[in-house]
Amino acid sequence: MQLLTLMVVLLLLTAFGYRLGRSRALATASGNPRLLHSLPSYHGYYVALWCGLPALVLIAGWLALEPALLHWMVMSSLPVDLQGMADERLALIYNEVRNVARYGHTPSIPAVGEAAQHYNAVRHTMFISVALGALALAVAALAYAHRRIHADMRARNQVEATVKVFLVLASTMAIFTTVGIVMSLLFESLLFFRHVSLIEFLFGTQWSPQIAMRADQVGSSGAFGAVPLFAGTLLISGIAMAVAVPLGLLSAIYMSEYAAPKFRSVVKPLLEVLAGIPTVVYGFFAALTVAPFIRDVGSSLGLSVASESALAAGLVMGIMIIPFVSSLSDDVINAVPQSLREGAFGLGATKSETIRQVVIPAALPGIIGGVLLAASRAIGETMIVVMAAGLAANLTANPLEAVTTVTTQIVTLLVGDQEFDSPKTLAAFALGLVLFTVTLALNVVALHIVNKYREKYD
Amino acid sequence: MNAIPVTDTRLSKVAARDVNVFYGQKHALKHVDLEIRANDVTALIGPSGCGKSTFLRCINRMNDLIENAQVTGSLMLDGDDIYDKTIDVVQLRARVGMVFQKPNPFPKSIYDNVAYGPRIHGMARDQSELDEIVMNSLEKAGLLAEVKDRLEESGTGLSGGQQQRLCIARAIAVAPEVILMDEPCSALDPIATAKVEELIDELRENFTIVIVTHSMQQAARVSQRTAFFHLGELVEVGDTEQIFTNPQHPLTQGYITGRFG
Amino acid sequence: MENVATAAASSQAVAKRLKKRYAAERRFKALGFGAIALALGFLGILLVTIFSNGSTALVQTNIRLDVTFDAETLGVSPVNPSADELLRANYGGVIKSALSKAFPDVSGGQRRQLYKLVSTGADLPLRDKLMANPGLLGTTVSVWMTAGADVDMAMKGHVSRKPGVEGNRLTDAQLGWLDELEKRDAVTKKFNTTLFTTGDSREPEQAGLWGAVVGSFFSLSVTLLVCFPLGVATSVYLEEFAPKNKWTHLIEVNINNLAAVPSVVFGLLGLAIFLNFFGMPRSAPLVGGLVLALISMPTIIIAGRAAMKAVPPSIREAALGLGASKLQMVTDHVLPLSMPGILTGTILGMAHALGETAPLLMIGMVAFIVDIPASPLDPSAVLPVQVYLWADSPERAFVERTSAAIMVLLFFLAMMNLAAIMLRKKFERRW
Ligand SMILES: Nc1ncnc2c1ncn2[C@@H]1O[C@H](COP(=O)(O)OP(=O)(O)OP(=O)(O)O)[C@@H](O)[C@H]1O
Ligand SMILES: [Mg+2]
Repeated sequence: MQLLTLMVVLLLLTAFGYRLGRSRALATASGNPRLLHSLPSYHGYYVALWCGLPALVLIAGWLALEPALLHWMVMSSLPVDLQGMADERLALIYNEVRNVARYGHTPSIPAVGEAAQHYNAVRHTMFISVALGALALAVAALAYAHRRIHADMRARNQVEATVKVFLVLASTMAIFTTVGIVMSLLFESLLFFRHVSLIEFLFGTQWSPQIAMRADQVGSSGAFGAVPLFAGTLLISGIAMAVAVPLGLLSAIYMSEYAAPKFRSVVKPLLEVLAGIPTVVYGFFAALTVAPFIRDVGSSLGLSVASESALAAGLVMGIMIIPFVSSLSDDVINAVPQSLREGAFGLGATKSETIRQVVIPAALPGIIGGVLLAASRAIGETMIVVMAAGLAANLTANPLEAVTTVTTQIVTLLVGDQEFDSPKTLAAFALGLVLFTVTLALNVVALHIVNKYREKYD
Repeated sequence: MNAIPVTDTRLSKVAARDVNVFYGQKHALKHVDLEIRANDVTALIGPSGCGKSTFLRCINRMNDLIENAQVTGSLMLDGDDIYDKTIDVVQLRARVGMVFQKPNPFPKSIYDNVAYGPRIHGMARDQSELDEIVMNSLEKAGLLAEVKDRLEESGTGLSGGQQQRLCIARAIAVAPEVILMDEPCSALDPIATAKVEELIDELRENFTIVIVTHSMQQAARVSQRTAFFHLGELVEVGDTEQIFTNPQHPLTQGYITGRFG
Repeated sequence: MENVATAAASSQAVAKRLKKRYAAERRFKALGFGAIALALGFLGILLVTIFSNGSTALVQTNIRLDVTFDAETLGVSPVNPSADELLRANYGGVIKSALSKAFPDVSGGQRRQLYKLVSTGADLPLRDKLMANPGLLGTTVSVWMTAGADVDMAMKGHVSRKPGVEGNRLTDAQLGWLDELEKRDAVTKKFNTTLFTTGDSREPEQAGLWGAVVGSFFSLSVTLLVCFPLGVATSVYLEEFAPKNKWTHLIEVNINNLAAVPSVVFGLLGLAIFLNFFGMPRSAPLVGGLVLALISMPTIIIAGRAAMKAVPPSIREAALGLGASKLQMVTDHVLPLSMPGILTGTILGMAHALGETAPLLMIGMVAFIVDIPASPLDPSAVLPVQVYLWADSPERAFVERTSAAIMVLLFFLAMMNLAAIMLRKKFERRW
């Protein structure tokens, strides 16, 4: 709230700086903008940037540092007997101090109450000094920029240079995101591999991440062999691909080779709707309707089907992926040159013969690329399997049994509050790393194939 | 005797000395020396790919936009080095306007099309001054009568010839000293072409014009001086009459008589 | 002679082959059509299931009771009770006595069953009523009250009303009272305002979506505020300024790959970086919005670049030829002309973010939260997570509410997509 006020004041000051810069520029040119190197508005932006940017940087820096500073100042003011406690206890105490200070909870011990008061006081003082500092900086910078204005100043060039810096910074976001993903996955995974060996994780066939209650209990560290998860993921994705590839490919062929434009213009968006429906909806549908249906059909055929069968999840996931396969294949098929088709027609081939013997073979690399992209989707898909596949880490190839997947386990391990450093939570990051690596590899290969294919016919 | 006749430097508006342009490895313009006289229409002719556009785009540094293009030598505009580090391209382009091969009005109103240049260069103190500039430019471009009732309509709704004249109006609204035209009539029908040619002749009074054209007739009709390029080299330059009646170089002769190109 | 015979035979063979080939042709075509029909049929089944399940959640069974605002039962002073007294009064007691009065024969042991006919949350409307009009104290008024979830399910026919049949959660006595109430015209179905105005609850009949809607709104606002400027800036840089070098190539490869990273991985990023490293609050729309922003960024960048690519180079040349700087060219011409495309991409990106669930589970947005969030820093659910939470609840009444929540979610998605389509139609430009 206070911060909001500060920002509004700063914004007003910046707006004021803009007007000041503008009018000063016009004044130096005695009202004739032709005499200026840059338009008056650029002088305005120039002053406004000077006024706003340094102050903003200051505030941002403070926001980043505030938690650490507060922590240090509050903790060092705690009574000595408290300070000597173990780190975990201290962390809990600090948490309580914060809650008492911010939300007015009742403190469990008086020392916490005092610390909370101290917390608020320090916070308040820091905020006031930062606010004053920021405003002073803004005013000083404004005055400085204002004085520098003269007719020949290249205000436009300077403003544009600043904007360009912003553009460059924005475009590095993508890199930071990737680095962030890789770093967080790697870092936490390394912690995990201190508890569990890489070999056991990648090749172990026993997955039961529950941490034992007692240290002497059998398997007290839990079992972290991820093979059942990999197998389950492959099974469900395999079923999904078995549904999506033929249906998607046939739809694409029908739409690009047979359908009238009118049919196409109606059906294509409808198929895209399948891709637009949130996966949580598919998950709900799979669990509520499809899984019981399959179980009933199975039992009427005398088969025993798990109520959370891999088949149900895979089937629904396959339907979800159809539009990916169909729209990618559609593009690829449309890129096959007409001359190839005409060649086949000229020899007296029927349409389906042309498609099967000429178009599809020509488009095959592109289609394979599309299928790989779809496979990476299927492997990374989460909600459907969380809701419709089970948690049972069975190592089986039977689609009627319940299996679990990498994504399901990531979610299950991390939902709910537990301490962050247990092997159980860290395992989620190791699984995430595997997932990231595999999907990335699939994508790189797929994109490579698709690009190669495009070049061929461009 | 010099191959290139020495011109009266006092009249020279743009002076090119040993200009070379490279696109990566390709040497597109070779050692060009050319004077462009003030208030003349200079026509650049030559077979396709000989570097006419390249030379034209050197004069207002549109070549800067091509990533691998490199220009050497010196190009002077009224004694200022166009490629000097201290030159602001933006201001240079306000002094050297350009009209393109295909009419390219902004998808904005006719008024805004013409007013855009004056606005970004701060040429008008208020609305009425801006109105005046716009009207004047449209008038000079011979378009005012046709569009004065629909200044708010989109510039892209005009006919091709009108669009091209709108682009000329837009260029002269900035009050440039030189106007570069790259095949300005190649997308126009003969009637629109005639109108633009007429316009070019009128504009000569106030502006220096350099025009690239593939039409010998057009070069003969509108220009006072003609420069003939071939394979990146300037082969011959002189008064238009002389070039067309008495070319010095066999290549020129071959080209204007239609033996190649 | 022989030649003619063989020719006839071979032409017969050709005809036969041709017939077979045409049959294959028809089969192939039918196969393609069948694939499309299957996919769309599934879509139809999905939507029909959701809508038929969810539509009944739009109404809620109410029971009419004659309620006496008895000061003694309420535990307030009989004359001019203070507002504070009224706030804390025992409205549950009033409801119980009203129920007992409606069925005077019910013995003490069965009373508890009787009380279950009415929702435990029915006291709040009574409180509001009395506080708005304290003059009602001591009078008897006829009030429609929210019925309990089991009664609601029975009335809607989702569970059987026959005693002893599987799925029936009402006792024989309760069923009898319900029949009696129906005979007295004291049972009806009213529009379920609770569903659209309150936060989550353990009791299905008191559970609402509003908290999740507000949470989604806050999250998406954060997403938009982060994503749009950064996405547009990145597209502008890559499309208009960036030199073609290794660095630019690296950025482009990164963006393309990020677009394909599973969303659950972004959840891990959010957990490790935003929550653990920066210490941001769990379950907060702020963090959810940031994670969603990272997820949607590639979509917006790719759409933005495509829109800018569609602006013809001649427009750029015209602007530069007039002496516009590159940035002026961008802000005056390229951006306005590509804005419809950028906005369309942004809306689609937002729609995608609205439906995203898994990464939000990672950053703690699965907590059970009753309060409507007042700011992006308050703990909150979002619509898809609410769907997930309700889908996990065993009560039959939550099934229809889950479907209703999905309907609301799909409604918002449909609106956003419609907006995108209209935008595209309106500003479609052929150069
Ligand atoms: N951006 C570029 N990159 C590489 N080479 C180029 C580029 N632009 C032009 N060239 C080459 O430079 C030479 C001169 O081109 P320029 O466009 O100046 O020819 P021109 O005389 O204008 O031809 P035309 O009459 O066809 O317009 C040509 O060989 C052309 O291929
Ligand atoms: Mg050219």
